[in-house]
Amino acid sequence: MAKFTLPLWVGIFDDPDSLLEGAGQAKEKGFEDLDAFTPYPVHGLEKALGLKRSWVPYVTLICGLSGATLGYLFMLWTSAIDWPLNIGGKPFHSWPAFVPITFEMGILLGGVSTFIALLVATNLPRFKPFVIDPQLTNNRFALVIPEKQDKVRDDIERFLKGAGAVEIKKITG
Amino acid sequence: MSVIDQKISPPLIDPNINMGDVTFDISRPTEKKPSKLWLALFILSVGAAGIGALTVYKLLEIGTGITGWNHPVMWAFFITNMVFWIGIGHAGTLISAILFLLRQRWRTSINRSAEAMTIFAVICAVLFPVLHIGRPWLGFWLFPYPNERLLWVNFRSPLVWDVFAFSTYFTISLFFWFQGLIPDFATLRDQAKTAIRKKIYGILSLGWTGSVRDWNHYEKAYLLFAGLATPLVLSVHSVVSFDFSVSLLPGWHSTIFPPYFVAGAIFSGFAMVMTLVIPMRKYFKLEEYITLNHLELMNKIILVTSMMVGYSYLFEFFIAWYSENPFERFTYWNRATGHYAPFFWLMFLCNVVVPQLFWFKKFRRHIPLMFVVSLLVNVGMWLERFVIIVTSLHRDFTPTAWGTFKPTVWDYSITLGSFGLFFTLFLLFAKFFPTVSLAEIKGVLVNPAGKKKGEEAHG
Repeated sequence: MAKFTLPLWVGIFDDPDSLLEGAGQAKEKGFEDLDAFTPYPVHGLEKALGLKRSWVPYVTLICGLSGATLGYLFMLWTSAIDWPLNIGGKPFHSWPAFVPITFEMGILLGGVSTFIALLVATNLPRFKPFVIDPQLTNNRFALVIPEKQDKVRDDIERFLKGAGAVEIKKITG
Repeated sequence: MSVIDQKISPPLIDPNINMGDVTFDISRPTEKKPSKLWLALFILSVGAAGIGALTVYKLLEIGTGITGWNHPVMWAFFITNMVFWIGIGHAGTLISAILFLLRQRWRTSINRSAEAMTIFAVICAVLFPVLHIGRPWLGFWLFPYPNERLLWVNFRSPLVWDVFAFSTYFTISLFFWFQGLIPDFATLRDQAKTAIRKKIYGILSLGWTGSVRDWNHYEKAYLLFAGLATPLVLSVHSVVSFDFSVSLLPGWHSTIFPPYFVAGAIFSGFAMVMTLVIPMRKYFKLEEYITLNHLELMNKIILVTSMMVGYSYLFEFFIAWYSENPFERFTYWNRATGHYAPFFWLMFLCNVVVPQLFWFKKFRRHIPLMFVVSLLVNVGMWLERFVIIVTSLHRDFTPTAWGTFKPTVWDYSITLGSFGLFFTLFLLFAKFFPTVSLAEIKGVLVNPAGKKKGEEAHG
């Protein structure tokens, strides 16, 4: 969710296609700091609003690889360096036997870090969620345009009406 | 859903259903008071779990001697149950992760309940090795931590691999499941009619609002989880099979075990999904979301995995003969004709013969029949693990060391207890959580806004 500067204009749409179109038009017009609220991920909306690709995958990659590396090094250190024990005549550094845990540690760290990264990226948990309209998690869609716009001087209310919003609200505080 | 998609495949959900209907139908069971049937089942399950708890108490009071396991069969019901439950879990991850990566959008109707099943099954599975070690209060010794004995665990042992595989599997499945639940909890929060419901679902939803900026990260993270869980699920049951195949015992020491176990796990898990979903969809009136088509698709997977399992059974016998190893040959001959032969043949009947019914469309769409088949597959897959573990152990290399395993009442009661725990957790889930993923179902609707013809905006 974007950090909003009030007041905001909210256009409520009742189907995903008109939201997509409205979002595309708003972006074309040059409105800035746009946001949209949808009950399910509407595909193409992030492109229509010109959002950047999520950075979460980089975290997963780095943490996953470090998990696997650290897991392997830990096994190597405990089995061959800290206290080498002869078990069944196997070599102290028996790398094939270390493969399963190396893999599991990579997945574990990769997964946990993905979840943490998601929370950081989406600024969750939020104790006072910004619920514009309770139907936005049910069957309504919203396009949010902050009133303070540097580039465009258009009337936002008229724009939203023209884009097909079924309801228009102004949020001031 | 675009027009092109519709031409390729028929709609998954009735086109007359819109987003509001989805929210209403799926959140309805969470809003009503529990019915008598639910309460009766719940009390029954808690009772069964209580019998399990009593068994655990006895185990701690007296010791593992109360069970029937003894030399040479030291792994019996407990490890059978462990493998059975962890296998059950695999279908949940297959549905949620692998079918997601394969873009099988029909999964959206069943993935939530299947994932819940995974988590509860892993909880049941973990219980058994911990109790089997005899001194469960020292269970933490399984983890490598700096201790006053200065010893580390033996990382070359498949049993230690299990510790890592199970804990990773549980953690990742839980996060994956919870991530899917976040937007749905937000829906329940916004639809809540009482303050307490709003509070509880509000906390569970973490304050989700459905901003497209959040969905952007959310979808990427979901994809990553699916990508991580896919190899994970294959690895977990492979590691479980290593418990057996890394040993030198005829009947266990076999390279076919990892794929054989993974196929069996998916097979048994899908059967358990059917067992749970068929009553659930009827009772909570979810027939429009979990349709007959969904059940038919699952039956097809049951048929495929049944054939894979059947192939493995036969191939094991072939390899035993082909190896010319007298011990291998004896083990398999003994498995099919020896002391435990009735279980072997019952297993073969349930797992290989009965699912062949699903070659026929009529049977794939016959609900009472598929429910019975799913129960039989559950029985068969439990027996499979029993047969592998006990028949291989009870006749090993020297006849002086032979013996038989006879379960005691405590073996049965702990097994019953694990089923009780599983169904208790599942009933709670079905009552208080959205049993079908709201956000994902809304994404596969043909006409999400529910507009009439002519009114539709740009198809």
